[in-house]
Amino acid sequence: MENDLAVQKSLYSKVNGIEKRDDDFYKELYARSEKRIDSLAKTNPFTEEELDEVLLEDGYDRRDFMKWVSATTAMLMLPGFFEPLVAKTVQVLNRVPVIWINLQDCAGNSEAFLRTDGPTVDELILDIITLEFHELLMAPSGEQAELQLENAMTTFKDEYLLFVEGSIPTAANGIYGTIGTSGETYVDHLVRLSADAKAIVAVGTCATFGGVPAAAPNPTGARGVMDIVQNKPIVNIPACPANPANMLGVILLYVMTGELPDLDGLLRPKFAFGYRIHDACERRVHFDAGEYVEEWGDAAAQAGHCLYKMGCKGPMTFNNCPTVKYNRGTSWPVAAGHGCIGCSEPGFFDKFDRFEAPTPFNPNYNPASDMGVYGAAAGLGLFTAFKQLTKDSVAQEEENGN
Amino acid sequence: MATKHMVIDPITRIEGHMRIEAVVDETTGEVQDVFCSSTMFRGIETILKGRDPRDCGLMAMRICGVCTVTHFQRSIESVENAFNVTVPTNARLMRNIIQGALFMHDHLVHYYHLHSLDWVDVISALDATPQAAATEAAKWANVAGETPWTADVQTFTDMKDRLVKFVKKGRLGIFGNGYWGNPSYKLTPAQNLVAITHYFQALDIQRDLGQMMTIFGGKDPHPQSLVVGGVTSIIDIKDPAKRQLFKDLALRVRAFIKGAYMPDMYMLANMYKSEMAAGDGAGLKSFLVYGGFPLNDGDIYSANMLFPGGIVHNGDLTKVTDFDPAMVTEDVTHAWYAATTPEHPYVGTTTPNYTDFKSKVNGVAYLDTANKYSWIKSPLYNDTRVEVGPLARMIVGYARGDTRIKGYVDNFNKRAGITIDNLYSSVGRTIGRALESELMSDIITDWVDELSTNINSGDFTSWSKFDFATVSQNAEGYGVEEAPRGALGHWIRIENGKVANYQAVVPSTWNAGPRDHLGRMGAYESALKGIKLANIDEPLEILRAVHSFDPCIACAVHVINTQGKELASYKINPVCAV
Repeated sequence: MENDLAVQKSLYSKVNGIEKRDDDFYKELYARSEKRIDSLAKTNPFTEEELDEVLLEDGYDRRDFMKWVSATTAMLMLPGFFEPLVAKTVQVLNRVPVIWINLQDCAGNSEAFLRTDGPTVDELILDIITLEFHELLMAPSGEQAELQLENAMTTFKDEYLLFVEGSIPTAANGIYGTIGTSGETYVDHLVRLSADAKAIVAVGTCATFGGVPAAAPNPTGARGVMDIVQNKPIVNIPACPANPANMLGVILLYVMTGELPDLDGLLRPKFAFGYRIHDACERRVHFDAGEYVEEWGDAAAQAGHCLYKMGCKGPMTFNNCPTVKYNRGTSWPVAAGHGCIGCSEPGFFDKFDRFEAPTPFNPNYNPASDMGVYGAAAGLGLFTAFKQLTKDSVAQEEENGN
Repeated sequence: MATKHMVIDPITRIEGHMRIEAVVDETTGEVQDVFCSSTMFRGIETILKGRDPRDCGLMAMRICGVCTVTHFQRSIESVENAFNVTVPTNARLMRNIIQGALFMHDHLVHYYHLHSLDWVDVISALDATPQAAATEAAKWANVAGETPWTADVQTFTDMKDRLVKFVKKGRLGIFGNGYWGNPSYKLTPAQNLVAITHYFQALDIQRDLGQMMTIFGGKDPHPQSLVVGGVTSIIDIKDPAKRQLFKDLALRVRAFIKGAYMPDMYMLANMYKSEMAAGDGAGLKSFLVYGGFPLNDGDIYSANMLFPGGIVHNGDLTKVTDFDPAMVTEDVTHAWYAATTPEHPYVGTTTPNYTDFKSKVNGVAYLDTANKYSWIKSPLYNDTRVEVGPLARMIVGYARGDTRIKGYVDNFNKRAGITIDNLYSSVGRTIGRALESELMSDIITDWVDELSTNINSGDFTSWSKFDFATVSQNAEGYGVEEAPRGALGHWIRIENGKVANYQAVVPSTWNAGPRDHLGRMGAYESALKGIKLANIDEPLEILRAVHSFDPCIACAVHVINTQGKELASYKINPVCAV
C-alpha cells in the first residue's frame, strides 16, 4: 500500500490552489452557473422532453420534486439558496450526452444507476439525460451497437461525459478483456473513447482504484481509469457499487457549473467523500459510549450498538452512505447490522484486515490528505489538469511488485 | 452455397461480456454452426485463495452485480456446509425473503429491459391507437384471469406521445439502431404499445424490488447483512414497520406481475405460437436444478425445497434423477485455461492459458474455434451437457410432481392453449421465468408472515455460534442452490483457517460454456444452431435465443460466411430518420 501512496503523492503534489468558501464565492458561482444554465436552455436540446411535461405526464407532485431538489442541494453541499438553480439545472440535463461503457465489471453500478431514486429520476435517465450508449440497456447489438457508439462519439465530440464501469486488465497485453468485432482490448477501447470526451467519470471501486479484480494477486493486472487515461479530467466515484445519488450529483454539478465538482487528492468529489462514515454514523453515540456489539446477534446487536469490534471500517472510510443511504434512502450496511467494509477506499479488499476483525483506529487517517494535497484542489474543481499516472510510473509500480 | 459468418460483439442488454460467432447459410438464413465466447476474465477464484473463509462471501458476491446476493449466500453456505453450521429460523426466512425479492427483480428487469425489445418493436407502437392498446391490455389480463395493471386510454396516449417525440427528434438514445421493422417481430402495433408502456412502468416496479432487498440487506446491489452462521439485520427483522413496508411493496409488485407481466406472456405465447411449436431455440432439452429456497430449518440439503433439485434428460418427464454434487465437473478443452481433464470443483484450477483469436481479417477478429475460444469453462453433469435456469426449475419441478410448480405451469398452459412441449423454446424460457416470478410473488408474503409469527413468539435469534479455530482446520463444503439464472454453486476447501481452493460453477457457465472434450455443444450453442434469420443482416433471432437464457455475460454475436472471410455488412436500420 505504501508504494501506491508514494506513487500517487508524486503525482498530485504539484497541484496548487486555495480553498475559499465564503459568501462571495457562492454568490459568484451562482451568478456564473445561472448564466450558463440560461444559455444552455436556449440551445437545442438533444431530446424534446422537458421536466415540467414529464412531471405532469407521470402525475408527480411539483412539491415532491422540490423536496428531492432540496435534499440533493444539501447532498452537494451547496447553500440553500442554490435550490432554484438545481431545479433549473434538472431541466437542462438533456444538454449533456452521456456514454457509459462496461469494462472488467459486474454490472453492479449499472444496476445501481437503474435504481436511481427520487421523483422523476427514471425519466431523467431515459428522457432527460441523453444516454447515448449503454451496453447493458441499449437495444442494438454488435455492429449496430458499435455504429451507435461511433455516431454518438462523432456527434458529441468533446461534449460527452464518458462513464466508465469496471477495471482495465493490463497484464499480458490486455488479453483478459476484449470488445467489439475487432477484438479491441479494454485498454485501447478506453483510450480511444476518452480522446473525445469532455471528461471521464469512473464509477465504482473497480473503475476508480481497480477494485475486486485488482485484489491480490491481481491475476489480470487490473487497474483503474486514472492509471490508463492521460491528460483528461477524471472524476472518481468509488464504492461498490457507487451510490447512484453521487453519480447523478456529478452530472448535475457539471451541467450547472460547466465544471467538475471540487475534487480531493484521489479525484473524488468532496461533496460525497469529504467525511468519514464514522463522522455521521447513526451508531456513533454508542462508539463514544463504549457500547459495542461483541458477537453477531448478541444483545448489543439487537440494541443497535457500535460495530467497531465486529470489524466496521467506518472510521477509516470516506463516503456519504450514512446521510444519503441507498435505495430511496431506505437503509445502509451499518443500519443493517453489518460493519462498513470500506468498499469505497483505494485498495479495497487488501487494505484492511479481515472484514469481521477490528482495524486499529487512526483518527488522522485520510488517504487523500496523506498525499499532502487534500483541500488543495483549486476553486470549484475546474478542469484541473491533474497529471495522471504515466506509463513509467505504472511500470515502476509493477517493478515494486505491486 | 454462400454462407455468412456473423460476428456479433458486443451483445448488449447482457451483464458481462460475450461474443458469438455464427456461420449462417446466406440463402436460407439458417444458423449452421455457432460458437459462444466470453471475452472477459477477472480471476476472482484465484483472488479468494489464502483468505479467511468468513470474508469470501463479500468478495465472491462481486462476481456479479445482478445475482449479487445469490453469490453472497452461496459462498456463505459453502462455508457453513464446511463448518457444519445451520442457521436459525429468522436467518433462513430472511435469506429466502431477500433472495426471493432478487429473483423477482432479476426476472422483471431481464424480461422488460434486457429482453423484451427482441419481441417488441418500439417503432411499430407509433402506429397504434391508444384505444386499441387499452383494449389489448384488458384482453390479455382477462386471458390471465387478472385485473389489468393499466388499461386506461390516457396512459397509452401519454406513452405514445412520448415515443412520437423521441422519434421525431431523430435521437432514440438507447432505443436507437434496433432491428425495428424486422419481419420476425409479430406483435401488432397496439400490442407493442402495451408492451413498451409496461417497459417504462417496470422501471418503477424494479425500484420497489431494490428497496425490498435494502430493507433487510442494507443496500442493493451488493447487500451486506449475511454472515457465516446467520444474518445481521436483527433490528430490521424485529421492526414490524419494516416488515409491513416490505409486504406493502411486495403486494404492489405482485399486482404488476399478475396484471402486466403475465398478460404480456399470454400475448407473447399467442403471437409467437408458431415459433414455440417449431421449438425455436429449444436447445438441449436436458435440465439441471441444484434445488433452492429451503422451506424448513436444519441442513439445507435435507430440507424441503421450493424448487426441488433434480435432472431431466431429453425432455423425458417420466425420469427425474436426484442431484449429486459429486457429479459436477468442469471441462476446459475449449476454454482459455490450462487443465487437461475435467475437474471437480473441490480440486478445480483456474490457470489462464490464453491462445488469442485465430485471425484478424479486415479489422475483424475471429475465434479459434477448433481450439480454445472462451473464458468460460464447460461444466458437465455426469459427463453430460445440461441447461439451467427458471425453465429448468419449472420442468424439473413438474417432473417431480411438485404440486405448487405444476399448478402454475398447468394453469398457464391451459389458459394459453399450449402444451408443456411448447416450453422447450426461446419463448418457453421467457414464460418459465415469468411463471417463477408469479410463484415467488405469491409465496414471499407468506415468508414475511412466518417471520412475524416467529418474532412475535419471542425468538430473536439471528446467528448460530461456532468455534472458528476448531472447525476451520481442515474442512470442505459446498453452497449449491439456485440463482435467478439457474443452478449456482460455490465449492470451498479450507486448510488452517484459510481458503485452500475456491471454485464457483455458475448458471452462465452451465449455459454459455463452449464445446467440451467430446465436441458437444452447451445450452446456448445448441439453442442457436438451426435458428433461421428472416433478414440475414439482422441477427434478431439469435439475440432472441441468447437473451432468453438471461445471460450474465455481456454478449456479442459475430456473423461470418463459410469461407470465413466476409463479415456481414449490416444495414443500418434508419429508425433515427423516421
